[in-house]
Amino acid sequence: MNETSIPFWRDERVLQWIAQIIFLVAVVGFLWYLYHNMITALAQRGLLPSFHFLSLTAGFDIGEHLIPYSRSSTYGRAFLVGILNTIEVSALGIVFATILGVILGVMRLSTNWLINKIASIYIEIIRNVPLLVLLVFWYTGVFLQMPRLKQAKILPGPTIVSNRGIAMPWGKPTATWHTYLYILLVGLILAAIVWWRLTTIGKRTGRMPLVTVWSTLTFLGVAALGWIGLVLFAHQAPLALDTPYIKGLRTVGGLELTPEFMALFSGLVFYTAAFIAEVVRAGIQSVSKGQIEAARALGLNGFQTLRLVVFPQALRVIVPPMTSQYLNLTKNSSLAVFIGFPDLYSVAGTIHNQTGRAVEVTTLMMAVYLSFSLATSVFMNWYNKKIRLVER
Amino acid sequence: MMNRNQEQYTTGEVLAPPTERYTVLGWLKKNLFSTWYYTLLTLLTLYVLYIIIKPTLVWVFTQAQWQVVVVNLRLFMVGQYPADQIFRIWIALHLLAFTAGLAWAIWLPRSRRIGAFLLLIPLGFAALPFISTFSHINWVIFDLAALAGWGLGTWKPKAMRRPLIVLLLAYFPILILLILGVQPLLKIVKTNLWGGLLLTMLLAVVGITVSFPLGILLALGRKSELPIVKLFSILYIEIIRGVPLVTVLFMAQLMLPLFLPPQIKIDNVIRAMAGIVLFSAAYMAENVRGGLQAIPKGQYEAAWALGLNGFQTTFFIILPQALRNVIPVLVNQFIALFKDTSLVAIVGLLDLLGIASTVLAQPAFIGKQREVYLFIALIYWVFSYAMSYASRRLEVALGVGER
Repeated sequence: MNETSIPFWRDERVLQWIAQIIFLVAVVGFLWYLYHNMITALAQRGLLPSFHFLSLTAGFDIGEHLIPYSRSSTYGRAFLVGILNTIEVSALGIVFATILGVILGVMRLSTNWLINKIASIYIEIIRNVPLLVLLVFWYTGVFLQMPRLKQAKILPGPTIVSNRGIAMPWGKPTATWHTYLYILLVGLILAAIVWWRLTTIGKRTGRMPLVTVWSTLTFLGVAALGWIGLVLFAHQAPLALDTPYIKGLRTVGGLELTPEFMALFSGLVFYTAAFIAEVVRAGIQSVSKGQIEAARALGLNGFQTLRLVVFPQALRVIVPPMTSQYLNLTKNSSLAVFIGFPDLYSVAGTIHNQTGRAVEVTTLMMAVYLSFSLATSVFMNWYNKKIRLVER
Repeated sequence: MMNRNQEQYTTGEVLAPPTERYTVLGWLKKNLFSTWYYTLLTLLTLYVLYIIIKPTLVWVFTQAQWQVVVVNLRLFMVGQYPADQIFRIWIALHLLAFTAGLAWAIWLPRSRRIGAFLLLIPLGFAALPFISTFSHINWVIFDLAALAGWGLGTWKPKAMRRPLIVLLLAYFPILILLILGVQPLLKIVKTNLWGGLLLTMLLAVVGITVSFPLGILLALGRKSELPIVKLFSILYIEIIRGVPLVTVLFMAQLMLPLFLPPQIKIDNVIRAMAGIVLFSAAYMAENVRGGLQAIPKGQYEAAWALGLNGFQTTFFIILPQALRNVIPVLVNQFIALFKDTSLVAIVGLLDLLGIASTVLAQPAFIGKQREVYLFIALIYWVFSYAMSYASRRLEVALGVGER
């Protein structure tokens, strides 16, 4: 029976394995060649790869940091500051870009000619200009051209707008802030209970109450009651209003936003919103007209149609491209270096200039960005699976 | 009425639906003031627009000093490219115009009006008062070259098909030879002298052209049945797509010289090009994969049934169909790359954006950021918008998704 089988040199399975082994040898050989060159070059300079430098003193300042940082901190800590700054600007950027993007997307569908045209012109302008040009223009042409601090514009609040940035009133934690955090936690738990209870009732009776609205109200109610209680019994509100004022050449108090942060943040938001608007528009337009007509025929009103029929279906089309927009925004935040905001890339660049450790810095930086991308896409894939059409 | 309906039924002729016609007031009422809240919204928007647009226009026409752009126009366009060699760039442009004219005649024979409109743009450039006589003449030649190509294509559309393809394929090497130079004929212009819009364009063109074959290979690798090949392709594509372009450029600037044997020295521009190619290849691979996935399985089966082997199936049956579907996406990728090349300014190259900081450092033009960056943004916008418009037309002309 085996006598008629083909010889092994013409057996496709064997050939495939041989091809793969050749490929593997070629790729690994090529990579080894590059690695060998690199090690030789580095050894000549006395810079063999090691991550030991991360525990050395950095000795440079970083303008903005979310965790305590000074000149005497280590390179590792400087990296961490950069990572946190990147996360901060990306997270805020994602939230605001989504809001602005949805507004623009809905404007783009408006039957009001003026609103519609404004949205489409905005989208066409923003999408065809590089983000970096937009950021530089925004930074040097708008935020740095604000009046000097002496002639600063004082907006109601008081919010002080000058070429040193924007300072606005902000809450400052007082002695009772910790207690208040516990009250907020209780509120969160209560809201979760309300959520679970209403959902079960909804499932049993077939009439789903406004779950989100009620649980939000519960949380807000507990938060408000806690605040009033603390004021009445502990005679101190958990947050004190901290208003900024001008002292010499700088502003003191309140929330200070540097021009670099503002330029990067608003640039990212304005840019990404134009892309998100197109995603949202395509999503809403993908819901067929018959669905809306059917919902109307069943007696749903306009809001119910939107909430129960249009949105859940549009979301399925929106989520995948939205994920890539979020990822793009996170990756685009690396352009901060051009306008001097100390994000991951910028800090890594400074570290490289000081230590000359190109390989380690590049590796670390790429690994961090890669894990951001991975984390975002894992979360969005999970969410996408949750809202996906349940097919038989 | 009855009569007409009957007539319609008997002759089988279908009348076009009635077009809506409005008076100006009727149009306004329908589109701007249909309900009270729309009226409110419209008025509010008009007010906001007035607040934003009026000072902008006042600034653009009265306060802005555009002298900085006029004086440095050559720097913005070609950077430090030697003045006595600029004719080479013009030759490349005229050849491009000729090719475009030919392609227009063959692929878009019906869109004459838009073609004529496009011809007006170079004439508009030629009419600019502040450019040199040499440039005036060359813009006119540019139009004439386009017209010559179009005339040739209209005269012999069938016979010109093949030369057009050859011209398109040969354009890239010719372009590089023209700009870089060939030793005995044309003086070599080192890449560190390339700059401005010229460098931006070249980075994008080199990026898309060189990453094209790489992308095809990666896409085929990702669809391959060989697990090791597949694994490496996926790893490469996903790693590159997961990191920002600046980090790839950073790596290309700093690590590429380390990877190469010490006797090979490459300059900044080539390193940036390498970075852009490596980056673009991953995205190209995903686009090509999209094209590959659109090919029905029957095509593979039919090819096998005809006795073609794997190589033949891929290169003679699958790829030609997949790549045809991918063309519009490729144009979009080119536009994205064209915009992305601005990031080379971060690693210190003097592209259109990078040259701006040089211009702004001139003592005479300190503090002219708004003028300079607006001008640059305008250039980027015009090119990207024109290309995306063309790509939408191309999509219709190629009939993607219809066959």
